[in-house]
Amino acid sequence: MSEPALATRALNKSFGSLAVARDVELTLPRGVRYALIGPNGAGKTTLINLMTGMLRPDAGRIFLGPDDITRLEPEARVKRGLVRTFQINTLFPNLTALEAVTLAVCERRSLTGTWWRRLPAHRDAVDEAYGILASLALGVHCHRLTRELAYGQQRLLEIALALATRPKVLLLDEPAAGVPRDESAGLFAAIAGLSQDITVLFIEHDMNVVFRFASRIIVMVRGRILVEGSPDEIAADAQVREVYLGGARHG
Amino acid sequence: MTAAAEQIAAPHRHLEAQIRWRAIETVFWLATLLPLVASPSYLVLASQIAITALFALSLDLILGYAGIVSLGHAAFFGLGAYTAGLAAKHGWGEPLTGLVLAAGVAGLVGYASSFIIARFRHLALIMITLGMGLLLLEAANSASWLTGGADGLQGVRMWPLLGTFRFDLWGYTAYAYSLIVLFLTFLLVRRLIHSPFGLALRGIRENATRMPAIGASSRAHIRKVYTIAAVIAGIAGGLLTQTTETVSLGVLDFQRSADVLVILVLGGAGRLYGGLIGAIIFMVARDQFSGINPQYWYFWIGTLLIAVVVFLPNGILGGLNRLMSRWGNR
Repeated sequence: MSEPALATRALNKSFGSLAVARDVELTLPRGVRYALIGPNGAGKTTLINLMTGMLRPDAGRIFLGPDDITRLEPEARVKRGLVRTFQINTLFPNLTALEAVTLAVCERRSLTGTWWRRLPAHRDAVDEAYGILASLALGVHCHRLTRELAYGQQRLLEIALALATRPKVLLLDEPAAGVPRDESAGLFAAIAGLSQDITVLFIEHDMNVVFRFASRIIVMVRGRILVEGSPDEIAADAQVREVYLGGARHG
Repeated sequence: MTAAAEQIAAPHRHLEAQIRWRAIETVFWLATLLPLVASPSYLVLASQIAITALFALSLDLILGYAGIVSLGHAAFFGLGAYTAGLAAKHGWGEPLTGLVLAAGVAGLVGYASSFIIARFRHLALIMITLGMGLLLLEAANSASWLTGGADGLQGVRMWPLLGTFRFDLWGYTAYAYSLIVLFLTFLLVRRLIHSPFGLALRGIRENATRMPAIGASSRAHIRKVYTIAAVIAGIAGGLLTQTTETVSLGVLDFQRSADVLVILVLGGAGRLYGGLIGAIIFMVARDQFSGINPQYWYFWIGTLLIAVVVFLPNGILGGLNRLMSRWGNR
């Protein structure tokens, strides 16, 4: 338990003169549910992009378990268990839900290099994909094309794709973005129900959801981690109030 | 309710049903035998169609399935054509090994260039493939000591197929040979498309950004499929050389790359039979229109292309599919 699931050390990234990550030091213990909050433009998504390898940091290091993954390609990080979802649906519009999740399962099992066996012959892969969809209440929709699914179902499919890779650390970029408030509770219930072996970090703006589902909260402002603590500590923190209330006054 | 229960019991059944061999496919392939028993005056055209269909099938793999746009696919067709031609000219006129050689050379060049191809997308990719095609055309043009340049490669003499079947004047052997190679390659491509690898290709086409996020190495997949497509294009080129016993610079021409793209869009990209149907329509139309007016027949192809893209965005096969499903819903 002592070793963190994911950690960053002195992570820095700038776009020209704009520093989007400044000396970010993050340590996620195994199995926690972290919320990453902060005003727009604080660098939350950028941090996920840095950790998953979609952006290269200017300086600093990233560790997954004991391993330094700073230089690994994004797909290699996924293979090791560091997986993300996207704020804006990044799906496969003309694949069915089942095909999409089966694709992710096949990639994890290194089956996509083989071309001489038909897909249905890999029955256990198809069954596993179906099981993931069923666990997210998408079972009856599994043969529909992704682009024909309702928006909320597409958000769930984002998570299904991530789960199919068997993540150790799951980074959810506003999983409920655009989902009506009454539906987002169901979505977060699904996230809360994930195995306790999975470490989850999610970006979310709805403070009710954050305080209900997060065991720890990280507040980011202008590329820097302002404070980290339990929900109670964050609620009582004067600096956080300043950021949110002060920010509201200006904009 | 029972339907839903069945679905839950066996989700792979639905996938199986989607890819099973249909009766209409048997009908289609039986129909391809007609030129052999009907009028032999169409055999030459039929061979050209079979070879073009094979070339279009190759482009379908990369464009229709993996979403890799190429305007220089004739490069591999031409490589296969010249390889088969040079082998025959310099004393090795055995067709089958010649075809393997043509496939090998095209595949090697395809594999080498795939490392560049896998790094780019969209417009950059169109320009790179176009550039490669032009490069190879000019290389063949200037190396006239090897290729015969603009005069074409002379002195290609083929041995009888399997030591028995001579390439006759009517073109019976040529058509049967081209058709068998097309059919066998089609079966392989069909299997590939329905495999997990085929699913990964569709994933790349549908969303290349998401692929690394599910742990997929898109570049490795692209390198693989590009090499396979190059091999098939090389076989098509080799077939053309062997059945016509001549090679001209036209095998590498930009026009050939453009035509095969038109054929695929007409027939329906990303559909197994798209290139085949497209090749039949395009070649028959060319045969008919150029009979009426040899100079301006592209006018009609242009008209047809615009009409198909505007009214049938998924090609003729896509349109037929939609019609069938509407019919089924009644």
